Amino acid sequence: ESCPSIKNILLLDSEGNRVAVKYYSDEWPNNSVKEAFEKSLFTKTQKTNARTEDYVFNEVGGRVIPWIEPGRVSNEDLNTTEIAMFESHIIVYKFVQDLHFFVTGAENENELILVTVLQGFFDAVGLLLRGTVDKKEALENLDLILLCLDEIVDGGIILETDANVIAGKVASHSIDAAAPLSEQTISQALATAREHLARSLLK
Amino acid sequence: MVYVIIKELSPSADEVIIVTSSLMKDMTSKTDMYRANAIRVLCQITDGTLLTQIERYLKQAIVDKNPVVASAALVSGIHLLQTNPEIVKRWSNEVQEAVQSRAALVQFHALALLHQIRQNDRLAVNKLVSSLTRGSVRSPLAQCLLIRYTSQVIRESASNTQTGDRPFYDFLEGCLRHKAEMVIFEAARAITELNGVTSRELTPAITVLQLFLSSTKPVLRFAAIRTLNKVAMTHPIAVTNCNIDMESLISDQNRSIATLAITTLLKTGNESSVDRLMKQITTFMSDIADEFKIVVIEAIRSLCLKFPLKHRSLMNFLSNILREEGGFEYKKAIVDSIVILIRDIPEAKESGLLHLCEFIEDCEFTYLSTQILHFLGIEGPKTSDPSKYIRYIYNRVHLENATVRAGAVSTLAKFGALVDSLKPRIFVLLRRCLFDTDDEVRDRATLYLNTLGADGAVEDMKEFLFGSLDIPLVNLERSLKNYEPSEESFDINSVPKEVKIQPLAEKKAPGKKPTGLGGPPPGPPSTIDAYEKLLSSIPEFANFGKLFKSSAPVELTEAETEYAVNVVKHIFDGHVVFQYNCTNTIPEQLLENVTVIVDASDAEEFAEVASKPLRSLPYDSPGQTFVAFEKPEGVPAVGKFSNMLRFIVKEVDPSTGEADDDGVEDEYQLEELEVVAADYMLKVGVSNFRNAWESMGPDCERVDEYDLGPRENLAEAVNAVINLLGMQPCEGTEVVPSNSRSHTCLLSGLYIGNVKVLVRLQFGIDGPKDVAMKLAVRSEDEAVS
Repeated sequence: ESCPSIKNILLLDSEGNRVAVKYYSDEWPNNSVKEAFEKSLFTKTQKTNARTEDYVFNEVGGRVIPWIEPGRVSNEDLNTTEIAMFESHIIVYKFVQDLHFFVTGAENENELILVTVLQGFFDAVGLLLRGTVDKKEALENLDLILLCLDEIVDGGIILETDANVIAGKVASHSIDAAAPLSEQTISQALATAREHLARSLLK
Repeated sequence: MVYVIIKELSPSADEVIIVTSSLMKDMTSKTDMYRANAIRVLCQITDGTLLTQIERYLKQAIVDKNPVVASAALVSGIHLLQTNPEIVKRWSNEVQEAVQSRAALVQFHALALLHQIRQNDRLAVNKLVSSLTRGSVRSPLAQCLLIRYTSQVIRESASNTQTGDRPFYDFLEGCLRHKAEMVIFEAARAITELNGVTSRELTPAITVLQLFLSSTKPVLRFAAIRTLNKVAMTHPIAVTNCNIDMESLISDQNRSIATLAITTLLKTGNESSVDRLMKQITTFMSDIADEFKIVVIEAIRSLCLKFPLKHRSLMNFLSNILREEGGFEYKKAIVDSIVILIRDIPEAKESGLLHLCEFIEDCEFTYLSTQILHFLGIEGPKTSDPSKYIRYIYNRVHLENATVRAGAVSTLAKFGALVDSLKPRIFVLLRRCLFDTDDEVRDRATLYLNTLGADGAVEDMKEFLFGSLDIPLVNLERSLKNYEPSEESFDINSVPKEVKIQPLAEKKAPGKKPTGLGGPPPGPPSTIDAYEKLLSSIPEFANFGKLFKSSAPVELTEAETEYAVNVVKHIFDGHVVFQYNCTNTIPEQLLENVTVIVDASDAEEFAEVASKPLRSLPYDSPGQTFVAFEKPEGVPAVGKFSNMLRFIVKEVDPSTGEADDDGVEDEYQLEELEVVAADYMLKVGVSNFRNAWESMGPDCERVDEYDLGPRENLAEAVNAVINLLGMQPCEGTEVVPSNSRSHTCLLSGLYIGNVKVLVRLQFGIDGPKDVAMKLAVRSEDEAVS
């Protein structure tokens, strides 16, 4: 009987590597466990959707191209939200271009709540990246994405699900790039902290 | 951005005085964004003392006009509740005000926080829920929360469901018509998870879920089918309306949805639909992954046990998929299912064994082949025509690898031993095995030929060859290692039958539990096989015969006492053994020579025969001591026993783990123990009660009427009688529909002496809750009735 809670939000690229992730649960204690989870989750969802075994490779003009069976629409085209159970969690996910969005919840969580969170995150990212949602844009605006993640869920509890509000909050953050704190030592600490953060994220 | 970084780094409060003071300045700044974020960060890095300083600001923030700030403060409150609950509880007034806020998400967060603060106070939660269900709730998330709290209230409210509808049920039903899908779904789910929900209450929820099943969004379909799957376990009839929609889901793109649809259909299907379902499943199985296939196999197995008449088609299905490609786990699951079906449905035995034989002709997993061969050896000789299987088994001897060949030789020998008519033929085959390339195979063949070929003492031989080893393997291994080659040959009787407790290695790892008994588990209730092993390993009890029944553990001490003791009653034909499981919960004591002194003055027919003390009982490791009584054979004697625990207590120094040398004798009074008639009754279910009842015949029938006096309700009376008789309710008749005035309960059991007993109880409840009962008993022995 508790508040609906989110276990993690992941944004992976088309090979399953991290772009931006945030975990809100202690089930994955260290980085290697987290990465293993991301990798296996990625392979599982790739298989069930892209269904590579259905792809027949044809030679056309000297090149080999995949041929999708007519009538079987891949997830990339329809952009629908899919759902799966994995390692006793519920995962909802959406793919667009070369980015993959995942939201994970507990086994007995209301799946539709997870979908609203996913949709909020997805649309907010779309607004922030001004329509071009692909890996290059995301990496260039990584700070916006991280802020976005921070504004959606706080420690597992849902803060906001409306994409416009989220995007608005993120935008107002980044306008004021100069921090209001005027202590000298803070800006020094800030510089080292930023380095630290960048290193830990891209490890 | 800075806020994110600070949260990420999360230093402790005393390291960052500077940061916290700047953050506190931010909390009162004009820009709302900064205030909100500053609050969140501070609450994450702060500790109790700092919290009191900023408490004033937080309280203001909760009722701030800006929803972002309010939400931030409330969410931080929820997190802080884990670490500093007293401080957060002081804010309940402000939080209550926030619940009435107009902003949707503020209401949501405030509701969550208020509920967390008040969750131990049932009345407060009740008030909260009632006020909000009548008021307006603005965000769908808050509505979902409210639904969850409502179901909690319903669950905790006393079970006065006799008086019409539950409280708040109307609210839940109203939510089924909400705008937001997540609210509809949450309400439907909450209704299906209500305690003891009736079909009438379920119908609107199931209708809604049925609509979801045909939605275009996979998430909705998944959520609906998952909930229906859970409902189907308890109310399969309610879900049958959705069967058609579910059948179309079998071909869904999302494999999880398809698997859930199949398993649900398997639960709700009736006999006629089984054939159709099987056809659909066959095409479906090739599409899904191994882990899903195993889920489907288990569902098919329970289906077959539910409809034993359909075993032929289901068995065919299982053997067909056994022939297809698949991993080890998958094939093992199928083999296990077939074995269980053969064991439980006698008519399926012949076809099942043949299917298994055909499978081993082609099986690539040695483990499975040997397992099947072993099983054939047990079941084959009992069938009407065992020679059929010999061909398959003998083929294994030629064609497979060494392990399988050895297994096949053993199986052939078993056939030869148990079926005399086949013996000469088996000998011919075994003689051919003597020329095998592998030593194990040749050894086994020689052994069997010599022992079975010799005349006389055939029974002993059989026991020697095929009986199970009653010595724990661990001990055997240890003895063999200790045995040095010498003039004397190795004596298997010298291997200790009991299992030693490993010495407690307290010095190395304080608090680490000892590896303990390698054999049967001591404390938790084990199956009857484990008890048998345990009892037969004790030489004094070994000749009591077959164990008839072991009761569940009965506590003889209150919880939280120094020594926790529970007793298991083992009933044999002419004896009763009490097994006392003792646990010492005092770390500074070591108990030795633990015995239980039983005073049987209230039980005249029992005479104490043997008592087996427990040599040593260290801290926190359970041990057993036994007392055996002799009772008149065949007579279900009853009596009361009072118990006292006697032991020598030695002080233990917790740091070194050393015990003192001298100890003090001490006694500890335990509660009384009763042996009642129900202890002599084994719970054995019967699948078709009517047939069994008719076949028993009315000669051994006794009928009687009883007045049970005033009872709370019919269900309570039914349960009390079932417990008193100790028999197994059949065909689900132990469930009493609420509000019913009368009920018929069918029980079956096996009485000591292997006498089948069937009981038909009819209950009726009068106006002032007086319950009358009519009992009809039929059994194979009139005396028992």
